[in-house]
Amino acid sequence: MVVYITPLIGGVLIGISAFFLLFFLGRIAGVGGIVWGAVSAQPDNAWRWLFVVGLVLGPLLYHTLLDTPYPQASSLQWWHAAIGGLLMGFGVKLGSGFTSSHGVLGIVWFSVRYLIAAVIFMSTGIATLYVVRYLVPGL
Amino acid sequence: MRNIIALLCGLIFGVGLAVSGMTDTAKVLGFLDVLGNWTPDLAFVIGAAACVILMTFPFVMRRKSPLMSLRFLLPTTKFINGQLIGGAAIYGIGWGLYGYFPGSAMSSLLYQDWKTAVFVVSMLIGMALANKVSAN
Repeated sequence: MVVYITPLIGGVLIGISAFFLLFFLGRIAGVGGIVWGAVSAQPDNAWRWLFVVGLVLGPLLYHTLLDTPYPQASSLQWWHAAIGGLLMGFGVKLGSGFTSSHGVLGIVWFSVRYLIAAVIFMSTGIATLYVVRYLVPGL
Repeated sequence: MRNIIALLCGLIFGVGLAVSGMTDTAKVLGFLDVLGNWTPDLAFVIGAAACVILMTFPFVMRRKSPLMSLRFLLPTTKFINGQLIGGAAIYGIGWGLYGYFPGSAMSSLLYQDWKTAVFVVSMLIGMALANKVSAN
């Protein structure tokens, strides 16, 4: 369990952030939705941009203040990033949010809808990783 | 004041992602490597965050409106349709290919790996495409 102390602390912080956003602004902390709202110029947008600024600067603050190294850069190719990003953006918008909005908050309120989505994206995720990492390693 | 809260929420969220290791593609991808070297970290992150939400949620719902807005803007769709299933399937493939979530990608932008910027730009293009598809 000691190994998992940092994921637990990080999870608590993410939960607190989601609680604040809901309690003060009445909004769901779904990053995909907030980023999309910011760039697609929705009305009343300042809070979205500021959330994004915080999201981008937060890790820098953590690594600098606590003097922890950045995670190692991915060894995958740039086109893995390009295709991965394209699919993730497309999927998250089509399904209207998954990781934080459904994953964390969905557990509290639409469990059935989230559970089905989670089973599907876990399955395709596991299958994709298996193909890229083991079946066709050069891919 | 709303904007300061939003900035603060973003900062806490970003620090949370970095602390938990969710800005590390190796760990996020490792959660999918169930047949190899599985890293369960993500489950602890989601579990801890969900606990906080579960504990604070009754406190939120006792209020008629949020403290600094007129009303709660919560997702209303509860049905399961093709868009949800297709979206989830495509999202999973994207996860398995590179190992970022939208949040973790945004929070990794300043790690000075240009591939992260490629991911984020592609993600925005993907969202714009989905927006076109679901509008038609």
